[in-house]
Amino acid sequence: MPAPRSAPRPLRDIAVVAFAQTDHRRTSDELSEVEMLMPVLHQVLAQTGLRTSDIGFTCSGSTDYLAGRAFSFTMALDGVGAWPPISESHVEMDGAWALYEAWTKLLTGDADTALVYAYGKSSPGSVRDVLTRQLDPYYVAPLWPDSVALAALQAQALIDAGDTDEPALAAVATRSRAAATDNSHAQLRGSVPHGEYAVRPLRTGDCPPIGDGAAAVILAAGERARELCERPAWIRGIDHRIEAHGLGVRDLTDSPSARLAAERAGAFERPVDTAELHAPFSSQEVVLRKALRLGDDVDVNPSGGALAAHPIMAAGLIRIGEAAARIGRGDSDRALAHATSGPCLQQNLVAVLEGDPR
Amino acid sequence: MPEVLKAPLVVEFPFTRSLGPVQSAFLTGLRERVVLGVRTADGRTLVPPVEYDPVTSEELSELVEVAATGTVTTWAWNHEPRRGQPLDRPFAWVLVRLDGADTGLLHVLDAPGGPDSVHTGMRVRVRWAGERSGAITDIACFEPHDEATAELAGSDGRFEDLVTGIVAPARLDYTYSPGRAQSAYLHALAERRVVGERCPSCRKVYVPPRGACPTCGVATSERVEVGPRGTVTTYCIVNIKAKNLDIEVPYVYAHIALDGADLALHGRIGGIPYDQVRMGLRVEPVWSDGGGHPDHYRPTGEPDADYETYKELL
Ligand SMILES: [Zn+2]
Repeated sequence: MPAPRSAPRPLRDIAVVAFAQTDHRRTSDELSEVEMLMPVLHQVLAQTGLRTSDIGFTCSGSTDYLAGRAFSFTMALDGVGAWPPISESHVEMDGAWALYEAWTKLLTGDADTALVYAYGKSSPGSVRDVLTRQLDPYYVAPLWPDSVALAALQAQALIDAGDTDEPALAAVATRSRAAATDNSHAQLRGSVPHGEYAVRPLRTGDCPPIGDGAAAVILAAGERARELCERPAWIRGIDHRIEAHGLGVRDLTDSPSARLAAERAGAFERPVDTAELHAPFSSQEVVLRKALRLGDDVDVNPSGGALAAHPIMAAGLIRIGEAAARIGRGDSDRALAHATSGPCLQQNLVAVLEGDPR
Repeated sequence: MPEVLKAPLVVEFPFTRSLGPVQSAFLTGLRERVVLGVRTADGRTLVPPVEYDPVTSEELSELVEVAATGTVTTWAWNHEPRRGQPLDRPFAWVLVRLDGADTGLLHVLDAPGGPDSVHTGMRVRVRWAGERSGAITDIACFEPHDEATAELAGSDGRFEDLVTGIVAPARLDYTYSPGRAQSAYLHALAERRVVGERCPSCRKVYVPPRGACPTCGVATSERVEVGPRGTVTTYCIVNIKAKNLDIEVPYVYAHIALDGADLALHGRIGGIPYDQVRMGLRVEPVWSDGGGHPDHYRPTGEPDADYETYKELL
C-alpha cells in the first residue's frame, strides 16, 4: 500500500470554538424553522460572548424539500439578525458542507469568525419519499426507491460480502443508543427494540429516527479562537469527495470517497481517539469503519451518532460539533468527524480536529 | 396559547427533461424492448448508460446492446410498497447486472415466492410493460428466470422516432404548520383583527410576525394589536390580469403600514379609481365574507398622512 500523502497544512489555524444543538424530537410543529433554530444560535453566541454583528461570515445548510417550500432558508435568516446586510451563504446540503464553505472563507482571511448553522424539520412530510427526489431523475427517481430501500441494498451487499450479519448490525444499533443515554439531546436513547424489518435486511432499529432539530457552531481563526474558547478544536484538515452517480457502478461495500477525503484531511497521519461518524443506518457504520481504518481502540460515536438523532441536514454538522465538544471537554485530543449526504454514502466529508497538547 | 394551525400542503410538479444522445437511445430502446449500454474506453459496458465515464470523465457514445436477462448483485425485500413504486404487492429491490453489462441496473423484482425465493446471484429477466413510452418504467419489473442468456435483438442503437425527453411527475404530501407566531396571526385574522409582535430589543412591531426580529436576531413574543387603519407607503398599478384571479385591471397593489406597525404589509387598494391612489393615502381593511384576511383596503376619508410619519417604513 502506498504511504498516504500528507495533507497540505492550512494557511491559517481555524477552530470550532462553540457548538449547540436542540433536543431532537419526532415533531416540533408548534415551532417554525426559525423558532426552532434561534435558541441554538443564541447559545453559541453566548458561549463565545460574540454578538451577531461581530460575526464575519454566516453559512447555513438546509433543504427546501423538507419544508415543501421554495427558498425556505430565507425565513430562517431572521434568526441570525441579517439586517443590516451580512456576509451570508447557504448550501442545499448538510450543515457540514456549510462549515466547509465557512472554513474556506476564513482561510482566505476575509473573516476571522464564522457562524454555521443547519436545521431540518422532517415532521411535515414523509422523509423516505422526500429523499427520492434527490436521485437521478431519468433512471432512478421514477421508481421511487426510498432511502431505507437503498440503504437495505447496501446492507445486503455487505452481508453477502461477509462484512457483517444481522446480529452485528443489531449490535451497532444497540451500542449507539446505549451511548446516547448520556446525550440529553438525543431522540432515541437506551434500550430500543430492534423491531420488524423496515426493508429487509434492515430492521427499524437499524434505521435512524425521523425527527426535527437544529445545530450551530462558531469557527474562529488563530488567536481569536483562543480568546473565545478555553480549548479550541483546531481543524487540522477537512475534505469532501463524491462517488459515481450510478448506484450500480459502485462497490456498495466500500467507500473510496470517504477514504480519499480522510486521506486528504490528514486522518491517516496519526491515530485518532474518537470518531463521530454520520452513519444513518447501522450498516453504513460497517462501511465507514473499514474505509476510515478505525480500529476497536477508537471511540466511535460516543454521542450515539445518527442512529440516536438524525435531523436531516444538521446530523453531519452535529458530528463535527460533537467531536469538537469532546475535545473542548478534554475527552479527546484528536478526533475524526464525518458527514454524509445522498444515498448509500454517496458524498462524504471528513474533518480532523485536534486540541492543543496537554 | 391558541392552537397551532396545521393544514395539508401538496407539492406536485411535472418536470419536463430533455435527454442527451445516450439517454435518448437507451429510453427509446426500452420502448422497443431493447436494452442498451455504453462502452467505455477500457472496454466496460455501463448499463444504464451514462454520457460521461464515471472514472475518467471522458465523453461516452458507443452504444451496445445487452441481454434482457441478468444476475442479481444485491437485493432488499420491500414488504410494504409505497406510492409510486413499480409494484403494488411485496417485491424485492434489486441491482441487476444484465448479461453483457459490467454494472448494475436498479429496478424491482416480482418474486411471488417471497423473500426466501430471492438471493444474490439469482437469474432474472426483464418483464416489459404492456404500454411503453420511453421511460425506465417501460421495464415493468424483473422476474425470476432459470434459463440461459436471452438472445439479442441485434440493435445498433439507432432508432426512428427517438424519445428526446421525459416528463417526470412528482407529488409530495406535507402537513404544513406555520409555527407559533404565524398561527397567532392567522387566529387573529379569523376574528378580523391584525396582530404583530414587538421585538424586545429594538421595540419594532413586525406584521405579520414570524417569531424573530430580523434586525436583532432575537425572538419576538409581545403580541401587539395594530391597525385597523393604515397608510399607503408605496404602490404599483397592475395592468396584467392574473390567471384565475377575478379582479379587473388596472388595479393598485400597495404597501400599507398599519397604525402601530413598523413594517408595511401588502394588499390591494379598492374603492377609489386606480389613478387617484397616492403615497400617504389613509386606508382601512374591507373584510371578505368568510375569508380569513382582508379582501382589500379602501380610503378612510381622513387627510393624507404626513410623509415624515411613514418615510422610515418605505
Ligand atoms: Zn429587533
